Amino acid sequence: MTPAIEISEVHKRFGNLHALRGVDLTVAQGEFFALLGPNGAGKTTLINILAGLSRATQGSSRVMGHDVVDDYRNARRALGVVPQELVYDAFFSVREMLRFQSGYFGLCKNDAWIDELLHNLGLTDKADTPTRLLSGGMKRRVLIAQALVHKPPVIVLDEPTAGVDVALRQNLWGFIRRLNRDGHTIVLTTHYLEEAETLCSRIAMLKQGQVIALDTTHNLLSAHAAIQVRLKLDPNRLPDALRPLLVAEEAGCFRLVLEDYSRLEKVLATLREANVSVDELEVSKPDLEEVFLQIMGKEVAR
Amino acid sequence: MIGLWTLLYKELLRFWKVGMQTILSPLVTTLLYLLIFSHVMAAHVQVYPGVGYTAFLIPGLVMMAMLQNAFANSSSSLIQSKMSGNIVFLLLPPLAYWQFFTAYVAAAIVRGLVVGLGVGLAGLWFTPVALAHPLWMVAFALAGCAMLGTLGIITALWADSYDQMATVQNFIILPLTFLSGVFYSIHSLPAFWQALSRYNPFFYLIDGFRYGFFGVSDVSPDLGLLIVGTCFLALSLATLALLKSGYKLRN
Repeated sequence: MTPAIEISEVHKRFGNLHALRGVDLTVAQGEFFALLGPNGAGKTTLINILAGLSRATQGSSRVMGHDVVDDYRNARRALGVVPQELVYDAFFSVREMLRFQSGYFGLCKNDAWIDELLHNLGLTDKADTPTRLLSGGMKRRVLIAQALVHKPPVIVLDEPTAGVDVALRQNLWGFIRRLNRDGHTIVLTTHYLEEAETLCSRIAMLKQGQVIALDTTHNLLSAHAAIQVRLKLDPNRLPDALRPLLVAEEAGCFRLVLEDYSRLEKVLATLREANVSVDELEVSKPDLEEVFLQIMGKEVAR
Repeated sequence: MIGLWTLLYKELLRFWKVGMQTILSPLVTTLLYLLIFSHVMAAHVQVYPGVGYTAFLIPGLVMMAMLQNAFANSSSSLIQSKMSGNIVFLLLPPLAYWQFFTAYVAAAIVRGLVVGLGVGLAGLWFTPVALAHPLWMVAFALAGCAMLGTLGIITALWADSYDQMATVQNFIILPLTFLSGVFYSIHSLPAFWQALSRYNPFFYLIDGFRYGFFGVSDVSPDLGLLIVGTCFLALSLATLALLKSGYKLRN
């Protein structure tokens, strides 16, 4: 099957700044994919190249098999982009904007789908309001509706939940999940890593214009981070043999990092031998945020 | 084609929604010129034999209003979209660059013609004006609006701020329209300025447009239309090349 997105050897230079340094990335149809990375890593630049808002200095990109430069009209038909900036056109109402956007994509009788979008995004009663009078969250929803007017098979959301309150965020993700279940490919960038962790099946991490990690969310979580154990001991003393595992000592508790669960047994055995008993024990799985910091940190050390 | 029509409709709706600024206000300004100049000059000047100064002035003012408004329409729409960032709504869809060009120029022509028609009709209230060659009149009106609409696109593409935009409008477009024979025939100018005026393409627009009314002109209308048409063609090709390359839009 044709990949939804195919990016190969993409470089982008802005003068002296080498913003993208040979990015290769393939997203299969139907995936829920996250593009993560610190500010300035090149996520938006990559999205802009995909959307035709910017041109790659080198390399090529395809959306549903259509080259974004040579076959830009088909590539753009297949793509819906929700931009990061809260842009709007002060002259027009929500419905006017959605009708125009439909027309630009060559659709003239699109009102049934527009109504459905308005309904799903909670915009029905704002349909005739000038977009400039909407709140930030509402403007964000209009941008999402605009990106979906032409029912694109591939949807890219560039930080869709930045500055959006919790209730709306849940609402939005519910809607986007449904689109994904209906077969749309979703690519998102976000700073809320817990969102990426719960929603996305695969993750690419970008740093200084390079992909430094690319795997399923599950593999990234299990490969990169070890489990953490918080122990309260009696007597309150950690045997020397366990010292190398210690990462923090706080309020009479020791926090150890173990590579996996099998190490837990050894820790307990060591404690027994040293005649130290366990008062409290708490095991926690790492979250994506820790993995993210680990991966980004490793790169710094290198 | 739906994409092109939608963009044209959007552009028309944009200026229509703020008609007070885009239609009525230039209409009033131009009529003030007419009122004042015809009052001051009518008794002293006769440019063409048998044509009163007020009648001579009206086609000039109509053309000037059309040129300025055609320029203002495409340039202000595009610079606003660039500055506010909502230009992405036009860059994300599969609109071809020539559709983008055609819609902006067509909207500029409509705005120019609407304002020009308003000025012309209001002018008739001052004095009757002949209409010797209506087709020439229409040809020069269309050519003028199209040319300035195109210049408006180029300027807005190039400008990085409202200030740069206003600089071009006030220091290039405005003087060129004022000094192109709206208020006088270039034959009344000293030889040097007369020769210089012939390098101003706007001169041919006004001269040819006036020919449509009175059947008299400084330059033959064929030559005028040829020069104006060539200018428009060159500007169009340049604009299309800029749009195709994504100049300052897709960088």
